[in-house]
This record gives sequence, C-alpha cells and structure tokens, in this order.
Amino acid sequence: MITLLQTIDLKRHFGGLWASNGVDLSVESGEIHALIGPNGAGKTTLIHLISGTLQPDAGQLVFDGHDISRQNMHQRVALGITRSYQITQIFPQLSLLENVRLAVQARQHEWGSSFRFWRPASAEFSMIEEAEEWLGRVGLAEAAGQLACNVSHGERRALELAMALATKPRLLLLDEPMAGMGPEESEHMAALISSLRGERTVLLVEHDLDIVFRLADRISVLVAGRVLLTDIPTIVRAHPEVRQAYLGDEVA
Amino acid sequence: MKRSRRIVLEACLLLAAIVLPLILQALGEDFYISFATRLLIFALAATSLNFIVGYGGMVAFGHAAFFGLGAYVVAFLMVAGVTSAWIAWPVALGVTALAAIVIGAISLRTRGVYFIMITLAFAQMIYYSIISLQVAGGDDGLPLIQRSTLSPFDLADDTTLYWTTLSLLAACLHALQHISHSRFGRALAGLRQNEVRMEALGYPVFRLKLVCFVVGSTIGGLAGALLANQNGLASPSLLYWTQSGMLLVMVILGGVGYRYGGVVGAITLLGLEEVLGRFTEYSHFFIGLVLLAIALFSPGGLASLRGQRQ
Repeated sequence: MITLLQTIDLKRHFGGLWASNGVDLSVESGEIHALIGPNGAGKTTLIHLISGTLQPDAGQLVFDGHDISRQNMHQRVALGITRSYQITQIFPQLSLLENVRLAVQARQHEWGSSFRFWRPASAEFSMIEEAEEWLGRVGLAEAAGQLACNVSHGERRALELAMALATKPRLLLLDEPMAGMGPEESEHMAALISSLRGERTVLLVEHDLDIVFRLADRISVLVAGRVLLTDIPTIVRAHPEVRQAYLGDEVA
Repeated sequence: MKRSRRIVLEACLLLAAIVLPLILQALGEDFYISFATRLLIFALAATSLNFIVGYGGMVAFGHAAFFGLGAYVVAFLMVAGVTSAWIAWPVALGVTALAAIVIGAISLRTRGVYFIMITLAFAQMIYYSIISLQVAGGDDGLPLIQRSTLSPFDLADDTTLYWTTLSLLAACLHALQHISHSRFGRALAGLRQNEVRMEALGYPVFRLKLVCFVVGSTIGGLAGALLANQNGLASPSLLYWTQSGMLLVMVILGGVGYRYGGVVGAITLLGLEEVLGRFTEYSHFFIGLVLLAIALFSPGGLASLRGQRQ
C-alpha cells in the first residue's frame, strides 16, 4: 500500500480549545478510511485542515509526497483533494445537470480556463455528457433537469457526491454524507460510497457506526484532537479503550 | 418568453430606438434627442452596475467612482489638447479599468456589508481627491470646450451622439449577454449562489470576482466618457456617493440580474423625474411612492414581470 495522505503532528486551536492537538493520520491509496470519535473530538476540524478550508497552526500535511500545509483550497483541489460538507453545499437555483456541469468545468487542467467569455457553455456537449454520466452514477439521471432546490434532501446529498466525484479527486473527503437521511437513503448512499472502493481514496466522517464498520477498510478513532488508534474494523470494535472512550453505552 | 419572440421584440425595440431621433426632429422636439441620449447613457451605466451586482453577486456602492473617472479622463485629455474620441475613450476605459483592478483587489477581500462600505469609501476618496485638485476645476468641475471628435462621424451633432451611444449600449448588452452564457458567466452564476461550493470545486473565486468587477466598472467608465460629452462637463456630482446610490436604485428598480434590468430602471427613473417634474415641484415624493409600489408588488424589479433572470 502507498500512503496518499499523511498528517504529521497537525495542530489547530480555537481560543483555548485544541480541536486538533497533534493529529498523526495516514490514509492509504485506494482505501475507504473512516474517521470516528465522540462529538467535539475534532473530526470536522480535521476535514477542514486537510481540505484547506482552515490552515493548521502547526504540523505538516503531506499529499502524495508534496508538502501541502501552506496551499490554499483551490490549489489542493487541483492536486486532487475534494470535500463534501456536513451541511449540503450546492447551487439551489441551478438544475442538477448544471450543478454537476460546473463541477466538471472546474477541472481546468483538462478543459482549459473558466475565463472564456463568448462561446455558450451549453454548446460544450462533451462537458454536458460527462455531467450526465456522473448524475447517472449516483442515480439522478432522471432528475437532471430539475432545480436543485426542488429535489429531496437525500437527492441533494447524492448530488453533492456527484459534484465532488466530477472533480475526479484522488482523495475524497466526505463529512457525514448520511447526515439527516432516512434509513433507505442512507443505504443508497452507503452503496454509492462502497462502489468507490479501489477507484477513489475516501476519508469518511460518519456517526452511523453500523455503516462505518461495514464500509471502512480501516478506521481511525479520534479523541480530544488526537488519533487514539487506526486499524481494521474488527480490531477497532474490540479495542477496550475505544469501547470506553467512544462506543461506551452503545456497545455495552 | 420564447426565444424567437424575444428576438423579434428586441429587433423592433432597437429599430424604434434607431428612428426615434428622426421622429423627434420631424416633430420639432429636438430637445428630446439630448434627453434620450442621457437616458441611454444612464441605461449603460446601470447595466454595467447590474453586471457586478446581479451577475457577480457583489453589491458595489461605489460605481460613481468609475462613472465619474471616465468623464474626468475625457475632460482632462480635452484640456491637454486630445480631442479625438478614438484616443480619449480607450484611455478613459484603461484608466477606469486600472482603478477597478486596484479598488477591486482590495475590496474583494471583504464581503457583504463590509464590501458595500469599502467600495463606498474608495469612491468618496476619489471624489474628495478630485474636488481638491485645482486642475480638475474643484467644485465646479471641468468643462469641455467641445465634444470629442469621432471622425468620420460628427459627434457635435446631437443625433450622431445619440446613435453612437445607442450602438455602444447595444454592443455592451450583446456582449454581456454572451458572457452570461459562457463558461465565465456560468461560473459567476455558481458564485452568486454558493461561494463556498465554488471554492470547494477548485474555482479561483477571487480572480473570477475581480474580472467581473473590472468588466462592469470599465463599462461604467465608458458611460462616464459619454456623459461628459453629453453634458459638456465633467462634474464632481458624477463621483459623489448619491450617484452610486441612484445607479443602484435604477438596477433594483429595473431588476437585479435581469438582462434589461439596468435599461428599464434607468429609463423608468429618469423618465419619471422628467414627466413628474413638469407637473409638480415635489416630483421626488411621487417617485418615492412609485418605488415603494414596485418594492411591494414586484420585488424582483420591473423586468421580473416579464423576463427570466440570467
């Protein structure tokens, strides 16, 4: 296995609170890596730090051999790190197709610059076809023409995943992709994420432990801003400290 | 509205606008040619602001800076002996664009209400700098000894100036229309709706906004260059914050983000002023009532009654 992402002693504080207090994490290429931990353990902060939404106070981020600690968000996207958000971030007044097409258009190294002012984007058929393919991938092909504000919450979450995939990330950061979903929608999303195994490297923050244990190749347990341990699901599940620190009542 | 119908309607309106001065001449109402030119110039200025506010999603409260700069550059060059519009107008555009790059690059580091305040502050700085300059005529402004020359056309003729303005307005509307459907324009649409998502998709958000701001501001400078010719004066009032406010009112009245929002707003507001001004000294009171009615019954602006937002 090749290490795709490594964080070394990563730190970030908000006032007196060290949300990340020396995080050492390594994500292997091609795996689905889940991040679990109690509320306030620093999971979302870590996603912010890796994606470039926030800058670390100390420590290092190494992606595919490059030090990316000081790069801003769109430089990291260009290198292949794309994230989704806990609260859905889409373009509500655009069609699903246009939402994804904008994500496709964002790949400037392939399509060329977005600073093109004359030719209608609707005449760039190959871009639109690709957007349709991504929508099909998440099961939204039928709804392509609808405005994003008019579809269900679950469909919007799937749309956000399609948009993230359309940037062709090498590392996909998913922050609670099942948040607010019913059991059926969650299963659909889990199947989608599972279908990415081997194709994309995924770092997943998720509260639903059943799904996490089923989906993840490896799990890291985050407690109080540090990684308690990283291992395969069966070992994490059995680990006494994890049971005490996090699973607590849920397993007992 | 269907595309074919819209094109027919646009063509008819354009044709009507082209023959308007001939009709006015035939009726002996030559004064109204100047008034119509003024409407078109403000329509251009409001359209340029609408590009920044409605397409780019940036509420800029300092558009007067660029409007006024365009006028002053033409007046300065006239004093310096440069009368040719072929030189003076492009220089006016260049100066406005440069000012927009500097002001935009700083202002766009803020957003929301701070962006409103900082653009206003920059515009006021330019206003006070200009009125304190002796060479700029201080409070009196800088009169133009003649109109720019645009050989082979004779701009001294009111009808020619009208047609020149109309051509530039039509060209700008056409260009902005193309831009709004291009990759760049779609990226602006995304930006307007969700900046966080655009950033997360890897778009260079700051650069996109800056280019939009500069394009809109520069067209505002062109409107200023035209107005200096129309008024025969580069006046400080063009740079004052109330001018920015008036342009914003035009945009909001006409329809933020609508293709013809700026045009409709400018014509409505200036038209109301003109018409009501004949009957009453209190025309602004009645204009206020009309604005109130529009805000209440058609909050998207007048253009929202018909057209589709870009």
